[in-house]
Amino acid sequence: MADIIRRSKPLSVSPLKSSQPLGASLAILGLNRAIPLLHGAQGCTAFAKVFLVRHFREPIPLQTSALDPISSIMGADDSLLAGLRTVCEKHHPAAIGLLTTGLTEAQGTDIHRVVRDFRERCPEFQATRIVPVNTPDFSGSLESGFAATVKAMLAEWVPQHRPLSGQNRGRESSRQINVLCGASLTPGDLEALRELIERFDLHPVFIPDLADSLDGHLDAEDYQPLTTGGTPLAAFAALGDAVATLVIGASLYPAADLLHERTGTPIHRFPHLFGLEATDRLVMTLAGIAGQAVPARLVRQRAQLQDAMLDTHFLLGRARVAIAAEPDLLHGFSQLLADMGAEIVAAVAPTTAPVLAQLPLAQVHIGDLEDLETLAREREAELIIGNSHALDIAQRRDIPLLRTGYPLHDQFGGYQRAWIGYRGARQALFDLANALLGHAEHAVAPYHSVYSLKADDRREAGHGVAQASADSGWRH
Amino acid sequence: MKTSDIAALKNEPACAHNTQQAKSGCARPTSGAAAGGCAFDGAQIALLPIADVAHIVHGPIACAGNSWDNRGARSSGPALFKLGMTTDLNEQDVIMGRSEKRLFHGIKQAIDRYAPAAIFVYSTCVTALIGDDLEAICKAAAERWGLPVIPIDSAGFYGSKNLGNRIAGEAMVKYVVGSREPEPPPVDPARPHRQVHDINLIGEYNIAGELWNTLPLFDELGLRVLCSLSGDARFREIQTMHRAKANMVVCSRAMLNVARKLQERFGTPWFEGSFYGVHDVSAALREFARLLNDADLTRRTEALIAREEAQIQAALVPWRERLQGQRALLYTGGVKSWSIVSALQELGVTVVATGTKKSTEEDKARIRDLMGEEAHLIEEGNPRRLLDLARAYQADILIAGGRNLYTALKARLPFLDVNQEREHGYAGYRGMITLARELTRSLESPIWAAVRRPAPWNEPPSPSGRGVGGEGGNVRELEMAHG
Repeated sequence: MADIIRRSKPLSVSPLKSSQPLGASLAILGLNRAIPLLHGAQGCTAFAKVFLVRHFREPIPLQTSALDPISSIMGADDSLLAGLRTVCEKHHPAAIGLLTTGLTEAQGTDIHRVVRDFRERCPEFQATRIVPVNTPDFSGSLESGFAATVKAMLAEWVPQHRPLSGQNRGRESSRQINVLCGASLTPGDLEALRELIERFDLHPVFIPDLADSLDGHLDAEDYQPLTTGGTPLAAFAALGDAVATLVIGASLYPAADLLHERTGTPIHRFPHLFGLEATDRLVMTLAGIAGQAVPARLVRQRAQLQDAMLDTHFLLGRARVAIAAEPDLLHGFSQLLADMGAEIVAAVAPTTAPVLAQLPLAQVHIGDLEDLETLAREREAELIIGNSHALDIAQRRDIPLLRTGYPLHDQFGGYQRAWIGYRGARQALFDLANALLGHAEHAVAPYHSVYSLKADDRREAGHGVAQASADSGWRH
Repeated sequence: MKTSDIAALKNEPACAHNTQQAKSGCARPTSGAAAGGCAFDGAQIALLPIADVAHIVHGPIACAGNSWDNRGARSSGPALFKLGMTTDLNEQDVIMGRSEKRLFHGIKQAIDRYAPAAIFVYSTCVTALIGDDLEAICKAAAERWGLPVIPIDSAGFYGSKNLGNRIAGEAMVKYVVGSREPEPPPVDPARPHRQVHDINLIGEYNIAGELWNTLPLFDELGLRVLCSLSGDARFREIQTMHRAKANMVVCSRAMLNVARKLQERFGTPWFEGSFYGVHDVSAALREFARLLNDADLTRRTEALIAREEAQIQAALVPWRERLQGQRALLYTGGVKSWSIVSALQELGVTVVATGTKKSTEEDKARIRDLMGEEAHLIEEGNPRRLLDLARAYQADILIAGGRNLYTALKARLPFLDVNQEREHGYAGYRGMITLARELTRSLESPIWAAVRRPAPWNEPPSPSGRGVGGEGGNVRELEMAHG
């Protein structure tokens, strides 16, 4: 159980937080032939777009209602209607995620009414489904914006199951399994998860599916104004046919409750899939649902993870780690490290969430990367886990950084890294241990006895020492 | 900011856009089909490179949280400007009106912890909408803590990025320029009697450190750059900008208002120029000599130009051989539409078309001078259109801003980034070598054949030895590869 220490300073310095509409856009990007439309000023979209483009190194479809001074003050419904019409006319998307921002929430916009107006005025665009979501910049963060959007998709597109109609008869024999995928899962995680589920001859339907849209692949087509992969909208109507639903990430529990209400499919909750225990529980759940024995391949992977735990525990045990991440990701890493006997000397989350109180550590600070740096210094952290913004801190502290979360703009392929499952955990342990290995100084410093008969050239010896300490410097 | 103030900023008399149809200054975006940043984005881009200032963004998290730490401007000293600072307003702050108080204490926090030379506070959409009195808070904070606290009234919805650049420039002229006198220049012991002239570079952002390619030239000529607004600038430099004897507006029409106001108030002559391409660098140096009207400087300038041009021309010979005949499609804003054209032509590259969305009639005239009357001008360059044009004009490479990087790559087309996110400095004589090297890095890469080659199991039955194995890459091959 962790104490939550709330923000007490007026200014956020080196923010860890990204905005709700950005997270919401990310969720929409996991739908097929979709585009997010941010209802706000142009910059809201431009910043989110640059952020995601730099993270994924992919073109990102994202539009704006482009408010000006008049629409900002006199009401922006007309701008929004025009924006919806333009996007429909130009691109005929399967889905538009209509997302509010700080500006339009402060105005008090009613996007649900505007969508109804749009339907009345423009029946010709009936084929484009619209999901309106309230995502003010002044509350929550990336993870909560993502979660609110997943819930809104389900609310909008999953029909109410009628128990008496026998509609879902045959569910027990279905091989379909729904997976509600939280914001902490990378496209690489989703690929690993799909593989794992398919080993049990189950057919996963990911909501949303970033692995199909933002895994960084080269299409035959040269330019696409919409997403070129992701969950097809038709999948939503069929979620009730699934034998079960997995939900990964506590941030999505409210969405899972809604899905359960609508369809009655049994829900299996996983706050994260980091480490041995969480993966064991996933594998047992899948084996139970599928009615199959655990495949030999997974047995082997589990044994490999156990071996890696043995190999790395000398380094990771008592390792002093500072972590900054969104709540679900913070939860996963804390558990992985706690399982290895590491000490989490600093844990910072951008916003509060119910799950934080359950983290296996003493304190969680709601704050920014300046807080992380202060704590890392005071508590002598040896390693930092965080996004690319944390690099400067790691360099100033002269300790290694393991990059995770959003944004990862100073490396290639961060989005395809898989952290979950036996294999993901094994690689994470190796990387954590390697980072410490390259950096740690275990040996006793050389001592030159005043009575020594060695007669080494002092200057050369001095030079050698300097060389060694320069070499032990950490690497990116 | 009042509507009339915004209108006044858009109505920039020195900007040739004003002679067009409307008092447009900056075109209005279309809802649902807009690209590019907001006024806050523009204001921040224009001023963020000032290295020793604490830049506080007053608003909810999106404005700073999604955008900090993502630009290429370099500092030779302090790194304070790289820290994102924001009041990160929450719902209670917005609803209960606690945001002004948070800002006031936030300014104190920044002063106590980071000892900045000054504080710049940027307003954003939400704080403008709820009516925070930015100017009053900044004034009160400055009096209380004895440090300049400058309000930048830059709500995103005021308009485009371009407008934001002007808002930023306006704030500098209004609050900062003229508040300190420059120290006398140090005497060069080798040339004690040489007169040192003070100049400013306006709209030079020191992207990838490119200012440091030209600064040695100014040193050699005895031209002291009082301030580069805003690349590698310090607050104390901006304060002295009024004392320059000549100003150059570098590659950015957006800060014309600064040059114009400095001329109105202090009589400083100015010109628009560019540091891209051998010809343009020399022209800029000559223009300074002309405006400063110093016979000795003119003589020394000509000598320096002769020496530098001889050197660079010799160094460029092998690069020209490699680049001769390559066809580039250029899509970039405003002044760069012609300044980069001439730089590319000097490298032997044929520019098949150039973007003119942000260019003025004057810019277009220069483009026609450079590219001939037949020059293809691209008014509107959405990704689809750019790729179609690249095909039609058989371009070998797309040269544009980072926004179009993946437009090119997804079409398997070589690309060069010439905007603010880039990692290479192309300015000055030396920058030409960098430009040539980066062009060939993409153009001559061996990957193009591989990324265009269809999977062997999809290969059509009659192999005809088509272009996909050939040298370099161009769209002709691409079309064939796609059938």
